Amino acid sequence: MIAELTKKDILLESLSQLDFSGEPEFAQELRASAKNALTNLELPTSKTEYWKYTRIGKIINKTYAAQETVGTEKIDLPDLLIPNLDANIVVIENGFFRADLSTIESQEGFKITSLKEAIKNEDGFIKSHLGAIAKSENEIFIALNTLTFTDGVYFDLDKNVIANKPTHIINVITNSNLITNTRTIVKAHDSASVKIIESFVNIGGENSFSNNVSEFFLNPNSNIEYNKIQDKKEESYVISTDQAYQRADTTFTINTATFNGTIVRNNLNIEVDASNCETNLNGLYLGQNKDHIDNHTVVDHKKPHCNSNEVYKGVLDDESTGVFNGKVFVRQDAQITNAFQQNNNILLTDTANVNSKPELEIYADDVKCSHGSTTGQIDEEAIFYLQSRGISKKGALKLMINAFAKDALEGITIEALQDYIDKKIEERFTK
Amino acid sequence: MLSIKNLHASIEDKEILRGINLEVKPGEVHAIMGPNGSGKSTLSSVLAGREEFEVTQGSAEFDGKDLLDLAPEERAKEGLFLAFQYPVEIPGVSNINFLKTAINEKREYNSQEPVTAKEFLGMVKEKSALVELDSKLANRSVNEGFSGGEKKRNEIFQMAMLEPKLAILDETDSGLDIDALRIVANGVNKLKSPNNATIVITHYQRLLDYIVPDFVHVLYNGRIVKSGTKELALELEEKGYDWIKEEINA
Repeated sequence: MIAELTKKDILLESLSQLDFSGEPEFAQELRASAKNALTNLELPTSKTEYWKYTRIGKIINKTYAAQETVGTEKIDLPDLLIPNLDANIVVIENGFFRADLSTIESQEGFKITSLKEAIKNEDGFIKSHLGAIAKSENEIFIALNTLTFTDGVYFDLDKNVIANKPTHIINVITNSNLITNTRTIVKAHDSASVKIIESFVNIGGENSFSNNVSEFFLNPNSNIEYNKIQDKKEESYVISTDQAYQRADTTFTINTATFNGTIVRNNLNIEVDASNCETNLNGLYLGQNKDHIDNHTVVDHKKPHCNSNEVYKGVLDDESTGVFNGKVFVRQDAQITNAFQQNNNILLTDTANVNSKPELEIYADDVKCSHGSTTGQIDEEAIFYLQSRGISKKGALKLMINAFAKDALEGITIEALQDYIDKKIEERFTK
Repeated sequence: MLSIKNLHASIEDKEILRGINLEVKPGEVHAIMGPNGSGKSTLSSVLAGREEFEVTQGSAEFDGKDLLDLAPEERAKEGLFLAFQYPVEIPGVSNINFLKTAINEKREYNSQEPVTAKEFLGMVKEKSALVELDSKLANRSVNEGFSGGEKKRNEIFQMAMLEPKLAILDETDSGLDIDALRIVANGVNKLKSPNNATIVITHYQRLLDYIVPDFVHVLYNGRIVKSGTKELALELEEKGYDWIKEEINA
């Protein structure tokens, strides 16, 4: 008798052609433990609390193929670049690091390499840290990624190294019905500082599913700014998990701007395990058509004297859906924590909707925490006021949405990126 | 400049304006007075193009153009300005930036060059002084956190910046103390020229001590039931509206 294949089996089957047998032992062990974890983990259903507002049926009912080796075809890069941005460019195409298309300025004490290469070379940090915070047993999509990630980027910053310029990772899909698992890992040594932009885009390539995982390790007094731009047109599915581990006196900032995506799910998990840290989580999501954009964040304050700030703003058009679930833990030891969390949404139609769930769990008694959530419509009276001064209805809408969205992404310190995002917002509401 | 003929308008099938006739010529100041619920604010809303109101009959021409056919922003670009009874707070939208956008849209509409930064700043300085508006307020979000008086002064400041042909002041005096009233009125008077006109909508004669009208009209039940000169306003102040109601209903 042949047992019927489950959705999980089918998903794993689509990745079974990938061959990792040449990898060093530590990597094989990591993959084996992920495989083991996968036998115990099931795909989420509507009954899974963590996935309650996001049905992944659309994702797992499709069949995918995985690309097995690095591609060689040319890509029209200029379209994917951010204007006026002086940055290292890293291209990840269909899951593979395209060294031939990347331009990385060499800097003493700062390496940007293919993760696959770093594994092959048995890099000491990778050996000890890969999978250390993105743990397979915690979540099926982390396990899936750990078992099958094909490549990714490894940022290695030595002590006191401040990156000369930001790095822009262009994570692009060019084929249809493709499943990709990529991994980013960032090591910021003591007092190091780096700014990263990762844009998730496609050129053609419908019905593709990307499952990405990032791990950020912040040594004392280091600083990481990670900016995630999600802009996949056509039917596309994205599950993205970012794990950060903050040691003393560090600042970790993650800005997420989502402009497109049939299903987008972001899982952010920040562990603040020392004093005097700052954590900033900001997001802007602009839903249209039937987009479903879900941001799940967890900030876990374990030690005293830390601040976290979280601002997520959504503008939802047509029949799109936004989900925000932000959780802040303040553990018993984490006295004098300031934790602020805010989620605001504007619904542009009667058919758009939002599920917003800010959560605080506080076990310490000397803390300042707040959270808030609002969902509303554009103030028609304000639109009329602006119109009565000679501004068109569209112009008025644009002004108001810009004003609404502005402070969501104030944490971005790269001016060219700010301009790029402003322009994208403007384009959206000029159509 | 403005020619309103037999204008009827309703909201949610309730008729508010029932045949308004009004002629406004350049250089003139018209006051429209009337008791609560007579249709004063509806008239200003209909002229400015508020969507909730449906014009069921009649016409309104502005400089030879069919005003009712234009979108609110087109009316503004043609030179109509409404000073709101309740100016709206718009958090996050800077007063200055939005005015610059508005001025440039108007200039583009009239095939003019956009305003230069220097020119614009000069205008802001001059016009904010006109209504004694703190230049810090000009830089803040539109009306956000402004006091009642500051909001009204901001309306007149915007009017000064946009240089309309026809300004409609909708109960601009409501909620103003006597000093603020004087400042606002002073601003309006300084902007007066032989080429522009003003319609002042008010409950009280008090404002008309400062902005002296050429004509006073009494609106009652959606119609202009009496027109006269500034003396009519004084008579209303003295006798109230009842005698007019009696005259009509008799």
